[in-house]
Amino acid sequence: MFGLCGLSVVVVFGMLLLIIVFIVIEGAGVISWDFLTEMPRDGMTAGGIMPALVGTLLLAVGAIIFALPLGVLAAIYLNEYSREGKLRRWIRMGINSLAGVPSVVFGLFGLALFVNLLDFGMSLLAGSLTLGLLVLPIIIRATEEALKTIPMSFREASLAMGATRWQTTIKVVLPAALGQILTGVILAIGRAAGETAPILFTAAVFYMRVLRVGLMEQVMALPYHIYALMTEGIHPEEQEAMAYGTALVLMVLVLLINGVAIWMRIRSRKIKKW
Amino acid sequence: MVETPTVRRTGKAVPPDQLKPKFIIDKLNLWFTDAHILKDVTFNIPEKHVTAIMGPSGCGKSTLLRTLNRMHDLNPDCKITGSVKLRGTEIFNPEVDINDLRKDVGMVFQRPNPFPKSIFENVAYGMRIHGERAHKVVEQRVEEALRDANLWNEVKDKLHQSAFELSGGQQQRLCIARALAIKPDVILLDEPASALDPISTSRLEELIEELEGRYTVVIVTHNLQQAARVSQYTAFLMLGELVEFGITDEIFTAPSDERTENYLRGIFG
Repeated sequence: MFGLCGLSVVVVFGMLLLIIVFIVIEGAGVISWDFLTEMPRDGMTAGGIMPALVGTLLLAVGAIIFALPLGVLAAIYLNEYSREGKLRRWIRMGINSLAGVPSVVFGLFGLALFVNLLDFGMSLLAGSLTLGLLVLPIIIRATEEALKTIPMSFREASLAMGATRWQTTIKVVLPAALGQILTGVILAIGRAAGETAPILFTAAVFYMRVLRVGLMEQVMALPYHIYALMTEGIHPEEQEAMAYGTALVLMVLVLLINGVAIWMRIRSRKIKKW
Repeated sequence: MVETPTVRRTGKAVPPDQLKPKFIIDKLNLWFTDAHILKDVTFNIPEKHVTAIMGPSGCGKSTLLRTLNRMHDLNPDCKITGSVKLRGTEIFNPEVDINDLRKDVGMVFQRPNPFPKSIFENVAYGMRIHGERAHKVVEQRVEEALRDANLWNEVKDKLHQSAFELSGGQQQRLCIARALAIKPDVILLDEPASALDPISTSRLEELIEELEGRYTVVIVTHNLQQAARVSQYTAFLMLGELVEFGITDEIFTAPSDERTENYLRGIFG
């Protein structure tokens, strides 16, 4: 049995390594400073991916700006205010189900609500809101986990001094939980940066001649750019090389973001003394 | 005569019923779901003295203490009947602002529980939540509170270091300073020395004696010697009932109830 388990680990780890090596080999050829800083040219067979890189960063940040306050406040409600019972179980179940909804469904929902009903059109705003919904469960769960690690004795001490629950949460509990919450937030940024389906109908355009940045502007995005390079256009071979280059950039970006999260988790564990 | 721990205090104590009461506790009953924890507890806690609540584990002494600042409000399974009056005002009255009550009735817990903040910020916390913004005032009162808690000399050069760098005994005195900083009338101490070594414990007891005369102190302890050393009045609780209440010296030298005598002899507990 031990051998089988060991083998599984080797397979899993090998696959991860294989993906990285494969992408690096296929994509490294087109990587250059210009690739990161230029607009795409010549039917996407030359030039760079700058607008897609900018778009992905904007979408990820926009998603967090929307999801962070909402998610943290929801987690505070669940952990600090609500009492154990049916309602709380239902809410938790709802959040878990939200996490299980396929991302393309989020995309359709975003199209219906933000693009059409609220009339935001295909835009950075609509895409950010859709991605924000997608990462909401991650942020709620991370915040709840963080709040749970804060000892009751801190809350008791604060309440016993005549602090309200809200003061206790804002001045004692949240600051103590901040490191862990940020870790969750950064993982959510990584997730938002890598998603394609939610922005497919809500924000992404596969080509723009000049970079326009604005809440109501459409954006290019790295994952969608890969999809476009592989399915559209009339120079499949040159485009494929560009797609692998883009994939490499996206992968490095997400790994970097996750690396920051891991580093922060280790750091907050070291600082914590209670 | 039972063998009793030495009573440090000398001088004649006045019987509690001749003193101005801080708390008037009348037929207090408390249940956690179905467990009847406090049964018809009735006595007055005198103002500006140290009153000890002692008794064997599980007798309800901590529960009684936590009733006085309504800490049980956090627990939905807790049911209370009877009356507790603070300065004549019923504390269970729905019009009583619980945050004002807790500002008047400070509490120090079994285990030192400083916030993960600096020493200074720990003591300043209460003032800040109660709206004190002037830095001068805060600074001055932090020093005052730390001096009153006999901690100033040990921490004055490291006020901005984490409170977790202090020893357990220092942390507990910091918690007392934190409670004193908002100028409460009453300080509730829930077995404050149970997590401390003997030297820290004796420093803490000295501090409690110094608080006498300025604050009403109620201390829960299962340590007989400690009750004898620090308190003028003692309430003895067993299985949720108040067995007797009186001058500490008298309870220790001439208990009027057989159960108290047995407990002091060490037959149970």
